[in-house]
Amino acid sequence: MKFVDEFRDAQAVRKYTEAIHNLITQSWTIMEICGGQTHSIVRFGILDLLPSCINLVHGPGCPVCVTPLETIDKALAIAAKPNVIFCSFGDMLRVPGSYSDLQSIRAAGGDVRIVYSPLDCLSIAEKNPEREVVFFAIGFETTAPGNAMLVKRAEQLGLRNLFVLVSHVLVPPAIGAILSSPQNKVQAFLAAGHVCTIMGMQEYDDLAKKYQVPIVVTGFEPLDILQGLYMCIKQLEQGSAHAENQYTRSVLEQGNHPAQQIIAEVFQVLPRKWRGIGEIPQSGWGVREKYQAFDAEYHFRLEAIQVNEPSQCISGQVLRGLKKPYECAAFGAQCTPDHPLGATMVSSEGACTAYYKYRRE
Amino acid sequence: MCLAVPGEILRIEGATPLEKMAQVKFGVIEKSICLAFLPQAKVGDYVLVHAGIAISIVQQDEAQRIFTYLDEIGESNP
Repeated sequence: MKFVDEFRDAQAVRKYTEAIHNLITQSWTIMEICGGQTHSIVRFGILDLLPSCINLVHGPGCPVCVTPLETIDKALAIAAKPNVIFCSFGDMLRVPGSYSDLQSIRAAGGDVRIVYSPLDCLSIAEKNPEREVVFFAIGFETTAPGNAMLVKRAEQLGLRNLFVLVSHVLVPPAIGAILSSPQNKVQAFLAAGHVCTIMGMQEYDDLAKKYQVPIVVTGFEPLDILQGLYMCIKQLEQGSAHAENQYTRSVLEQGNHPAQQIIAEVFQVLPRKWRGIGEIPQSGWGVREKYQAFDAEYHFRLEAIQVNEPSQCISGQVLRGLKKPYECAAFGAQCTPDHPLGATMVSSEGACTAYYKYRRE
Repeated sequence: MCLAVPGEILRIEGATPLEKMAQVKFGVIEKSICLAFLPQAKVGDYVLVHAGIAISIVQQDEAQRIFTYLDEIGESNP
C-alpha cells in the first residue's frame, strides 16, 4: 500500500539502526506517547534492533485504555436501556467496567452496534426516529473533529434522538503530569503524529521549553519511529531541548485549522480522570452548554459513579513509564487480554497487550 | 486508536463545506470519506483518513525525505 509499505523497507531500517548505534554514547529513557507507536515498536521488533542503553517506555496515549471505569459504567447503563441504540468503535466493546462490558450487554439483548465512523450514527438516527441513538465519543485530539462534526451535523439535520457520551482526553496535559512527577524518569518524548496533525506543534514547543525536554512529533511506521528516535537521541546527546517534526508528510506547524475550529465550537476543556492515573486538570474535552441537548450525560441524567481500580494492577506506573508490563506479578497470569485487570491490558493497543501478544520480557 | 490510513481521492461531492465527501481508494477498497476539514484537497491527492474523516493531505515530497535525511545531515554509513 502506497505511503505504508515503503516505510517498512528493511534496508532503510538497517541504515537508521546503524546511525543510532553510531550516535549514542550513554543510556537514555525515551517515551513514545501513542498506543499505535507502542504497537509498532513491539510488533516490528524495533526493541531488538536498538542499542540496549535505550530504555523505551510506553506512554498513556491509548484512549481506550485510559477511559475511566466510571465512564464505561455509564456507557453500560445507557446501552442496557431498551429504547437505546448504543454505537461505539469496536475496540470499546470488550473493555470491562466495574461489573460488565458492552459485549455482554449486547449478548443480553442490548442493541449495541459497532460503527466505522462517528458520522455513521447520523443515518442510524434518521432511520430510527423512535429510538434514542447514543455514540460513545472517546479519543484523543485526532478523533475529536469527527465527534464534533457528528454533533454539528445532528444539529443541522434537526436530529433530536442523537446523543454523544463524551470522554475525550488531551495529550499535552498528560505529558505535563508525567514530567511534573518527582518520580519521572522520561528524558525525551516521541509525540503522537496524528494528534499533532490536528493540533499542530505549538503546545509541544511550549512543553519542550518549559520542561527542557526534547519532543519529536513522530509517525507510526517502523522507519518513522527509528527516525524519530534518531532525532531524539541527537538532541539528548547535544544537550538541546526543543520540539521537532519527524512526521512532515502529515503534520503542519499550525495543524488543521478547520478541524480545530469545529472542536472549539462544540467542546470545552475540563478536568478528566484517566484510568490508571487519576484526575489530570484541564486534560479533557466535554460538550459545551450550547450543545447540551446532544450530551448523553445531560439527557440521561446519570448519577455520578465512584469505583476503584483492582489493587494488584500496576497500569498507572506502566502508563507513566515507571514500570514495564512484565514487572507486574499479574501479567500473563491473572491478567490477560481476555481477562484484563486494568488500563494497559484492556485495549489491543495497550502496552501490556502488545507485550502479551509479541514478547514477554 | 489514532490509526489513520492513506488513500487516494477518486471523486469529490457535497454541496456545502460541512457536507463535503470524497470517494477514497485504500488498496482495493473504496469508501466514502468526510472531506470537510480539507477544503483544499483535490482528486488524485492522497489523504490520511481516521475513522471516516480525512485529517491531512499526504505531502508527497516530504514523504521522500526520510530516505535522504541521513545523507543530508552527513551521518549515514554507506
